[in-house]
Amino acid sequence: MIVEIGHYALVLALMLAIIQTVVPFVGVKSGDARQIAMAPNLAFAVFAGIALSFAVLTWGYVTSDFSILNVWENSNSQQPLLFKFTGVWGNHEGSMLLWVLILALFGALVGLFGSNLPPTLRAMAISVQGLIAVAFLGFILFTSNPFERLSPAPLEGQDLNPILQDIGLAIHPPLLYLGYVGFSICFSFAIAALIEGRIDAAWARWVRPWTLTAWGFLTAGIAMGSYWAYYELGWGGWWFWDPVENASFMPWLAGTALLHSALVMEKREALKVWTILLAILTFSLSLLGTFLVRSGVLTSVHAFATDPTRGVVILGILVFFIGGALFLFALRSSSLSNGGMFHPISREGGLVLNNLVLTTATATVFVGTLYPLLIEALTGEKISVGAPYFDATFVPLMVPLLLAVPFGPLLAWKRGDLYGAAQRLYVFAGVALLIGLLTLVFIEGMHVLAVIGIAIGVWLLLGAFAEIIQKSGWPKAGASVAAARLRGLPRSVWGTALAHAGLGVCVLGIVSVSSFQQEEVLRMKPGAITELAGYTITMKGFEERQGPNFVEDVASFEVHRDSDYVATIMPSKRIYTARRMPTTESGIFTTGFSQLYLALGDPVEGTDEIVVRLWWKPQVTLIWLGPVLMVIGGLFSLSDRRLRVGAPKPSAKRRQTLAAAE
Amino acid sequence: MTRKQKRSVVIFGALAMLGVAVALVLTALSDQVTFFRTPTELLAAPEENSGRIRLGGLVENGSVKKDDSTVEFAIEDVNDRVVVRYAGILPDLFREGQGVIAEGQLQSDGTFLADTVLAKHDENYMPKEVADRLKEQGYWQGDEVSATQ
Repeated sequence: MIVEIGHYALVLALMLAIIQTVVPFVGVKSGDARQIAMAPNLAFAVFAGIALSFAVLTWGYVTSDFSILNVWENSNSQQPLLFKFTGVWGNHEGSMLLWVLILALFGALVGLFGSNLPPTLRAMAISVQGLIAVAFLGFILFTSNPFERLSPAPLEGQDLNPILQDIGLAIHPPLLYLGYVGFSICFSFAIAALIEGRIDAAWARWVRPWTLTAWGFLTAGIAMGSYWAYYELGWGGWWFWDPVENASFMPWLAGTALLHSALVMEKREALKVWTILLAILTFSLSLLGTFLVRSGVLTSVHAFATDPTRGVVILGILVFFIGGALFLFALRSSSLSNGGMFHPISREGGLVLNNLVLTTATATVFVGTLYPLLIEALTGEKISVGAPYFDATFVPLMVPLLLAVPFGPLLAWKRGDLYGAAQRLYVFAGVALLIGLLTLVFIEGMHVLAVIGIAIGVWLLLGAFAEIIQKSGWPKAGASVAAARLRGLPRSVWGTALAHAGLGVCVLGIVSVSSFQQEEVLRMKPGAITELAGYTITMKGFEERQGPNFVEDVASFEVHRDSDYVATIMPSKRIYTARRMPTTESGIFTTGFSQLYLALGDPVEGTDEIVVRLWWKPQVTLIWLGPVLMVIGGLFSLSDRRLRVGAPKPSAKRRQTLAAAE
Repeated sequence: MTRKQKRSVVIFGALAMLGVAVALVLTALSDQVTFFRTPTELLAAPEENSGRIRLGGLVENGSVKKDDSTVEFAIEDVNDRVVVRYAGILPDLFREGQGVIAEGQLQSDGTFLADTVLAKHDENYMPKEVADRLKEQGYWQGDEVSATQ
């Protein structure tokens, strides 16, 4: 009975979403204030319907109701409660339900926080958001119904894919979707602006917090996914340029560009048309990502099931929204007025460079990801495009941007002083080069690219704070004056600095791991000793353990440094009983920013030896701490008064400090 | 600078950027693409397939030999087999008689030196390329495998 309520709520949500699409649109077109005012309530209602439906599915999972086909296929009564819960979105149907839940959540948030928006713009944006919901609710109900029943109900479920039985599943998909789907708001606002034919700096001010929010979640989601893959798969890699990873990386790149171009639009009313296009492209890439991951055209852990009809339907949705949006754009964009011009050397110019590089880089990732699909469709030849392609295209394209980042915030709007900025930065450049060269002297066999990489990382990290130092007036102004000025700085300045520093931190981690990583594969038996990166690693022995829904062989390794005990690392091999599926659980010891990473291979037959793979990963955690810094930077910017949702006007006192800061 | 000049700087910059990107992409796509081959296809034209290859098929029963940290096994399809050597840890779901993809290069002695071996991600399916090719050869039907799970 409860299950039917969930199904019914989903159908009801679809009906309400149709009303959400039609009524506000008609209201705006006919100027009916009552219909316009209905928009937020309709958005709340759709969200409530989907939330109820999601709650019911969750209930089915938590109580192990195997009369639901979806629960039977992806859960098991022996699973720990957390994995029963996260199993809700550990499958195609449930993850699509999470997708629309978040879509409706963002629609409701616009209704909730949009009271300072012009009512027609808000109603139109909610209407577009409703249309997206209609498409995806229809997709779920007609091709991927999570409430399908199974009769008679089996006694035991088939278990969740063991690779997914991890805390990562609780965090990674929700974060990623909050990012991915969050960009739908930017899309809806862009379409609403195109339909209304009016767009100004205020538009950018409303849209930027949403962009920033979605971008922050996407950053965190991608970083989390990367770390999850790193420790779970046991390959010790953190990014594979796998099409599925690229599917989330493309909206991130485009979203980052959008974040920066909206800044120009907000401050200078320039790049309007471009910003609208970027908003459309960013969400289009999110939709493309959904298509790539959910349609089964790719093989990966993310492709839960392959059903050709689903692929065709998602492709249809994709074509409708992207095609429709671009058509509207072509029709209307010329009516949007052009904003102020600027000198190429200026803050705007820097942000344009940012946009050029990021969109070009997105395009190279796009080509690399879709080329194999295209070739297969055209010639039937099966090819794959892997890391070497991206190393040869994406990486060199990004380098000029990385070099330019510290300059950007130091240039004034309209017309900047490149020479002046260089004067402020040469100390940082010197330090960065020096550190790069020092590694060349002190570490044997350094590759010249590694030296350049480290110098770029340090340059980004230090250069990120140049604007703050400049604004504090230090060292010319005394320390106390400088400190007072720092307190008066808008939070968005700190946000920018932290996010750019995070980029530097991430680059340092990547370069360090790619250049200094040490790896060993060998056979070990209890008592065997090996050395890696100055650590002595002794294999102690095996122990069999019984988990809730698996049995595992745990090996223990003692780590010593200079005969002092450091840690015990316990990698294991598990067999999940329900599916008879083995998995490898890596053992990781973190020291400082670096990690010692152990994974078990197969036992050698006829002996008591086992193959062990050991890695020393210097500064590897910086790869994920960088994005964490970026997210914190995003939060700082978001908490800036000027951007706070619902508080567009700075207070009188604030306005003075802002004027002083600029 | 006039308005027109300012605009042309931006446009020129964008075109230059695009030009560099296109050049990089085209070079990379001509050198860095990995082709998928079955053993039959690989051995039919070894010269053409001297670059990086993804070799896919079934792991031949009884062919797996482990020696120190190197593994040797044969990948077979309906007509032919290729011996693969690999130094590293095999994926959890690597089994004899199951679908597998080995990425690497064909050596002059006719063996295949792999640096990556991929098996399926879970019990439900085999690597898509392998399944498609084996179906073409009429060697394997998708339904059988999914029925056993």
